[in-house]
Amino acid sequence: MVEQDSGATTRPPIIRMRGVKKIYRTRGEEFLAVQDVTLDIGEGELVTLVGPSGCGKSTVLRILAGLQPHDEGEVEIGVAGSAFDAGRDVGMVFQQPLLLKWRRVLENVLLPAEILGLPMREARDRARDLLAMVGLAGFEDKYPYELSGGMQQRAAIARAFVHDPKIVLMDEPFGALDALTRERMNLELLRIWDESKKTILFVTHGIQEAVFLATRVAVLTSGPARMADTFTVDLPSPRELDMHNDPRFGAYTHRIYQRLGL
Amino acid sequence: MAVEGREFSASRARTEPSNGGVFDATGRWLLRWWPAIAGHVAFIGAWWLIVVWGDIPAFIMPTPWATLQTLWDPTYHWPHHVAITAGEVFGGYLLAVVVGIGLAMAFCWSRGLERGAMPVLVTLNMIPKVAMAPLFIVWLGFGLFPNMVIAFTISFFPILLTTARGLREVEPDLLDLVRALKGSRWQIFRKIQLPGALPYIFSGMKVATVLAVAGAIVGEFMGSSGGLGYLMQSRQGFLDTAGMFMAVILVSIIGVALYGLVLLLERWCVVTDARIE
Repeated sequence: MVEQDSGATTRPPIIRMRGVKKIYRTRGEEFLAVQDVTLDIGEGELVTLVGPSGCGKSTVLRILAGLQPHDEGEVEIGVAGSAFDAGRDVGMVFQQPLLLKWRRVLENVLLPAEILGLPMREARDRARDLLAMVGLAGFEDKYPYELSGGMQQRAAIARAFVHDPKIVLMDEPFGALDALTRERMNLELLRIWDESKKTILFVTHGIQEAVFLATRVAVLTSGPARMADTFTVDLPSPRELDMHNDPRFGAYTHRIYQRLGL
Repeated sequence: MAVEGREFSASRARTEPSNGGVFDATGRWLLRWWPAIAGHVAFIGAWWLIVVWGDIPAFIMPTPWATLQTLWDPTYHWPHHVAITAGEVFGGYLLAVVVGIGLAMAFCWSRGLERGAMPVLVTLNMIPKVAMAPLFIVWLGFGLFPNMVIAFTISFFPILLTTARGLREVEPDLLDLVRALKGSRWQIFRKIQLPGALPYIFSGMKVATVLAVAGAIVGEFMGSSGGLGYLMQSRQGFLDTAGMFMAVILVSIIGVALYGLVLLLERWCVVTDARIE
């Protein structure tokens, strides 16, 4: 059953990538980072992009965030027929929390609203709601150094949602956390996703994590990045930690290991 | 995560000092500062003992009391000279802060300008500013203004260097954060670079306080008709060591006052990581 899945999205796509290619050029040397990535992501999906470290996953994310141009192929973002603003409608979470250490938690979460020039009164209310949603109610006036690593990353997630973007791009957001905190954060993320109905593209090198979080998984092989597989994860919702023992869960992780040649 | 939050606030509560009355506050203040006060008192005591026991003549080294007594002597015109030196120090220093930070900002906005102007400034900085003092007097004449300029030239470079460095040392990922939101160059500067550079700016400003005081005094030595440096030179001829000592002490107090103001400003502007304290 698992093997027969076509892996295409059944929802209207909000991200479309066709044959995306990226070459880095430094001092006359060329490095092919991404060779051929084709992927559609439907509105409201949580797609995980999984592959070995340094395979170019982050490059794909950076291209989508408009931080880097791609060399070949097509990238389209936004649902046909509705306006899409590359700055306003994308939120980003990085591997590090990247909180400004001179700002309190609430002020950190408000940064995107300030940059985008949104009405601050509403943004402030929204930021408080978001902090409550990520479990940081009561920490609005703390400075980042007063927070643990996991709490800092929660604040970073709240910041990525504060301007109400349509898409949230996450670049190994829990990679720097310990295993236990990471599992907790996975559950939290699923809850936030369920509440916010955003489209999330989540880059990770954790195979278990990729299956546990995703509605669909996209597998990238390394050097250069190439699409090896995409498949829908058919596990009950809401996800629970017990599902790691589900035979279907094992089948999915096995499939990823196979595609990566492990 | 509620568990994490509870642990956190519990550990905070344990380290929070008890919130007592005025006596508690003075008590804590004394507890914090008594070693510094004791150190100063011990230093003055040692000075006094050396002069008395060593039977040192007053023109070599006066006692602390003899030094202090000069303050009551109106022939010194202390307020007049203190005002001149303080004016030179504060004026030159302020100019150094404005020009130093201003130039660093300009360099931050234009790489070309930095590549052209910075090497010239580094070369110019190699010139001993003290050697320039006679020239400044030729160009600008006697008085408060040329000494202010000397204080400025000697103290502005460290401010420029640390500010330029601080503006450059931004985590690239932080820039991406703003760029992903399509933020402007000005927003990156205003919200990320400048606040991030503040600790660097203040470290340069602290170094510069000492230099500004030295610059002003050197200027007064070279040529002036007032100020504590001038007073010292004019009292040298009379072997009035007590007066000269007092002048040195007052110069130091001007320097400490400037440094204290910078520290206050820093505390007000810079959010320090409490773990560093």
